[in-house]
Amino acid sequence: MISHHAWTAFWGVAKREVLRFFRQRERFLAALVRPLVWLVVFAAGFRAALGLSIEPPYQTYTTYEVYIVPGLMGMVQLFNGMQSSLSMVYDREMGSMRLLLTAPLPRWFLLLAKLSAGVFVSLLQVYAFLLITRAYGIYLPLDGFLFVLPVLILTGLMLGALGLLLASVITQIENFAGVMNFVIFPMFFLSTALYPLWKMAESSPILEQICAFNPFSHAVELLRFAFYGQFSLRSFVVVAACTAVFFVSAVWRFNPSRGFRPSRVETA
Amino acid sequence: MGRDDPANQADQVNADRPALSVKNLSFNYDSKQALSDISFEVYPGLTTMLLGLNGSGKTTLFSLLTRLFVPRDGRIEIGGQQLGVAGSKALRRIGIVFQQMTLDLDLTVEQNLRYFAALQGISRGQAEARIEEELRGLDLSSRRRDRVRTLNGGHRRRLEIARALLHGPSLLLLDEPTVGLDVDTRAELVDKLHNRARQDGLAILWATHLIDEIRDEDALIILHDGHIAARGRAGELVARSGKADLTAAFAHYRSLIQ
Repeated sequence: MISHHAWTAFWGVAKREVLRFFRQRERFLAALVRPLVWLVVFAAGFRAALGLSIEPPYQTYTTYEVYIVPGLMGMVQLFNGMQSSLSMVYDREMGSMRLLLTAPLPRWFLLLAKLSAGVFVSLLQVYAFLLITRAYGIYLPLDGFLFVLPVLILTGLMLGALGLLLASVITQIENFAGVMNFVIFPMFFLSTALYPLWKMAESSPILEQICAFNPFSHAVELLRFAFYGQFSLRSFVVVAACTAVFFVSAVWRFNPSRGFRPSRVETA
Repeated sequence: MGRDDPANQADQVNADRPALSVKNLSFNYDSKQALSDISFEVYPGLTTMLLGLNGSGKTTLFSLLTRLFVPRDGRIEIGGQQLGVAGSKALRRIGIVFQQMTLDLDLTVEQNLRYFAALQGISRGQAEARIEEELRGLDLSSRRRDRVRTLNGGHRRRLEIARALLHGPSLLLLDEPTVGLDVDTRAELVDKLHNRARQDGLAILWATHLIDEIRDEDALIILHDGHIAARGRAGELVARSGKADLTAAFAHYRSLIQ
C-alpha cells in the first residue's frame, strides 16, 4: 500500500513539473509548433506525392493529414520525453537532482514520480495539439479522443522512461546534441509516423524491417488503432515491454551503489 | 514509507547519543582514494566544523552521508540507524544544504519550500505553518511570493537553509553554505546557525575551508587528502599544536599527513 508520504511526494513532484511547464511558455509553444509545421506544411506537400490505400485501422481511403496525426501525437510525446531528459541532465549539472534523490523515499519511486509528471505534461501538449488539428479541419472520431487516453499514458511512459535512461547515461549537457542526432531523429523518421510500412518496403525492405522493430512505430500504431476504438496486441506488448526495460535500466543506472556524479568538478 | 511527525524529531535526540556516527569509512573513485578510514561523531546541540582544503574529500563525505554514493567500506549511523539498512528512514533525520545551489529558479520562494515539504511527506497545512516559521526565522517572509531568480545570493542561501530545516531534522549537513557570500552575510549566517544548534539541540556538520567561520567551542575535524588529520574542540586543537592561531594549527596538522 502506498503511504500518505508517498502520495504527498508524488503530487509534489507532479505539481512542480506542471508549474515549471507553465512558467516556460516557450516550451509549450515549441511543443505545439513542431507537429503543426509537419501537419500544415509537410503534409500538404506529401498528400500529393503519397497515395494511401485502405489498411487497418482505416476503413476507407484516408487523407495524409489524417494518417500522420497519430505519428505527430507520438512526436509530441517523444520530444517531451527528451525535453524532460534534457532538464534532468541540466538539473544534474546544476545540482537540483540531488534534492530529489536525497528525499527519504525509494529511488525507484522518486524516478517514477518524475516520469509520471512528465507524462501528465505530455498529455496536456497532445490534447492541445488535437484541439488545434480539429480547428484546422481534420476530423478524427470524437470518441477516439477518449480511447487514446490510456494509450497516451502508456506511450508517454515508454518515451519518458527512455528519456530517464538517456539522462542517466549522459553526464554533460553538451553531449545532448548527440541524442537528437542518434536517438530522436532516427526514432521518428524510421517509424510509421510519417509513412506506412508497405510504403517504406517499396523503397527499401531493410528500412522496412528497421521501422518494424522500432518501438516508436509500435507506439504510433497503438495510438492509431486506439483512435478508432481498436487494439493492436502486438504493439501493446512491445510498448509495455520497452517501458519496463527502459525504466528498470534507468533505475539501475541511478542506483547509488553505482555512484552519482553530477559533474567532474564536484567529485573532487 | 510512513513518517514520524517532523516537529518531534529534534526533540527525540539524546544529547549523549551521537546524531551521526561514522566508522572506518573509505571511498575510492576508480583507482583514486578519496576517503581513507574516516571515523567521527556529531552530537546534538553542537556545531561540528569539517575543515579542509578543496579536494580534501568533504563533498565526497557529504555524498556518502546523503546516500548519493554508497561506501565500499565502513558504516554510517544517523540517529542510531545504519544508513545502508534504514535507508529512507535514516534520511528523514537529515537536513542538507549542498555546496551547489539546488533551488528551482523559475518557482517562487514558497513553491520551492512546498515542493520540498511534499518530498518529505509533510501535509499541506503543516507545511504552511512550518514555511511561515522558517521564513520568519531567516528574515525571508517579505520575499515569500518572489521568484527565486530575483533573490540575491545571500537570500538564496538563507532560503536553502530554511528549506533544510523545514521538516525538523535532528542533523543538519552544510556543505560550504557561505561560499560566494559577502562578509556581513556570512557572519550573520554563522551566528544564526550556531544559535540554532544551541537553542534547538540541532546537530550540525559544517564543511568549510574558511577558518573565520570556526569558533573555539566548536568541535573540529581537520580533513586532508581523505584522512582525518586531527579532531577535537577547535580551541584545544590550537593549544595542542603549540601554534598561535587556527590558521597555523591547520597548516601544522596538514603537514602531519604529508
